[in-house]
Amino acid sequence: MSKVRVLVGTRKGAFILESDGRRKDWDVAGPHFAGWEVYHMKGSPADPNRLYASQVSSWSGQVLQRSNDGGKTWEAPGGGVTKSPQGWPVGESNRFVYDTSPETGKPLTTHQFYDGTQHPWEFKRVWHLEPSLTDPDTVYAGVEDAAIFRSTDGARSWHELPGLRGHGTGPKWQPGAGGMCLHTIILDTKDPGRIYIAISAAGAFRTDDGGQTWKPINRGLRSQFLPDQDAEVGHCVHHIAMNASRPGVLFMQKHWDVMRSDDAGDSWHEVSGNLPTDFGFAIDVHAHEPETVYVVPIKSDAEHFPLNGKLRVYRSRTGGNEWEELADGLPERNCYVNVLRDAMAVDSVEDCGIYFGTTGGQVYISPDAGDHWSPIVRDLPPVLSVEVQTLA
Amino acid sequence: MVRVVLPSHLRTLAHVDSEVELDVQGVATQRSVLDALEARYPVLRGTIRDHVTLQRRPFIRFFACEQDLSHDSPDSPLPERVADGTEPFLVIGAIAGG
Repeated sequence: MSKVRVLVGTRKGAFILESDGRRKDWDVAGPHFAGWEVYHMKGSPADPNRLYASQVSSWSGQVLQRSNDGGKTWEAPGGGVTKSPQGWPVGESNRFVYDTSPETGKPLTTHQFYDGTQHPWEFKRVWHLEPSLTDPDTVYAGVEDAAIFRSTDGARSWHELPGLRGHGTGPKWQPGAGGMCLHTIILDTKDPGRIYIAISAAGAFRTDDGGQTWKPINRGLRSQFLPDQDAEVGHCVHHIAMNASRPGVLFMQKHWDVMRSDDAGDSWHEVSGNLPTDFGFAIDVHAHEPETVYVVPIKSDAEHFPLNGKLRVYRSRTGGNEWEELADGLPERNCYVNVLRDAMAVDSVEDCGIYFGTTGGQVYISPDAGDHWSPIVRDLPPVLSVEVQTLA
Repeated sequence: MVRVVLPSHLRTLAHVDSEVELDVQGVATQRSVLDALEARYPVLRGTIRDHVTLQRRPFIRFFACEQDLSHDSPDSPLPERVADGTEPFLVIGAIAGG
C-alpha cells in the first residue's frame, strides 16, 4: 500500500504529516525550524527522501534547508565547513544575489514600486522551491523581489536565471499586497526546456529553452486595476496548476477570475462560470483526471475569507465553467480563514486525495477527490504552504 | 578570546547551546568578531548582516557593557571588557510587533 507525506509550512515552523494509503490515521512531526516562517517545502520527484525547505525570519533573513531522509533530519547545505565543533552539519546556502553581470543580457536595477516610482530589486525571501523532475540536486527557487534562481548542487549555491528579469518588461512589474513575489514554478513534464512561472503583480511567463529566455504569457487576462486592462504585464496572478499528463493545459486563479489555457499559456479564457466568487488564491488539478479542477473561493480582495463564514471547495469536472460546491466535513458557520496560494495539493493515490491548509492552522484532507473532508490537524500556526508526496 | 551571545533562534540554527567563544585576530571590532563568528558557523552568514553589503540587518542589535553599539562603526574597537572576554558581545533580535 502506498504512503503519503504531507509537507506543511507555517508562520512558526514546519510540520510533516504521514499516513498510509487509507489516509485516515496520521502521524504529526514538528515543528521543524520552530519560530521561523516556512514559506514552502517540497520533495524531489527523483528522490522522495530529498526535501527542500525555505526558512525565513524577519530578523535573520533567508535560510535554505535540505533533508536526505524524508524530513527526519535537516541541514543547511554549503559553505566551507561541513561539521561544527559539536559535530552538526553546518553551511551557507542562503546567499541569493541578483545577477548584474553584463554577460547575461540586460540586468535590471529597478522595478515599479507601490507609489509608481522605480525601486531597486532587493532580495527578501524564497516563496517557492521546485525540485527538478529528474535530478535531486537541481532545484529552482522563486523569490521576492521577483526572480528565479537555480541550484545544481543541492541548494549549496544559487544562481539567478537573469533572462526573466532582463527580458524587457521588468520595469513595469510591481508588488502586490504580499510583495513582488515569484510564487509559482511549474516544470513541463514532457518538454525539459519549458518552465512556467508566475509573479504578483506581473503575470505569467514561460521559457522554452531551460530558462535562458522568457516571454510574458498573459494574453486573455483582464485586470480592472490596470489602466490598460489587457496589458502585456502587470496582472496579479495568484497561482497556476497543471496536470502532469497534459502539460500544455494550465489553470489559473487570478486575483479575480479563474482562467484556462489550452496552448501552454499563449492565450487564456475565463472559466469562472457559476462560482459564487471568483476571487481566491489556491487552485489545483486532480492527479488522474485532467479536467477536474479545485478552487477555494474567497469573498473578495478586501475580505480574505470564505463567503458567509462557510468554508467551501469548488470542483469542476468539466475543466471549468461548471462548478459544484463541496461541503461535507467543512465548517458550516463562523469560518473566516484564508487559504493561501501554495496551500493546496493533491496526492496520486488511486482515488486522489485533496489537501489544503488554512490561515487558522487547519489542514484538511479529502481522500475521495473532494466528496468528504476532515481535518488532519486543527491548531497549527497559520499555514503558508502544503505539498504532498505519494510514496511507494 | 571574545564571548558572543546569540539570540535563541540563531543558537538553534548554529546548533550551539550557550555563548560562543571566539579567537579574534587583531583588534576586536564588530567586523572582526562577526567575521570570526561566520567563519566558524557559516550557516550564520546572512542572518546577522547582509551577505553582500555586510550591513547589520534592520532587526538585529548589538549590545555590550550595557551600551547599544548597533550604530557604531563596524570598525570601531569594542569595549576593552568585551575584547578581553570579561563581558559578552550580545547579538539581539530587536523587539518587533506588539
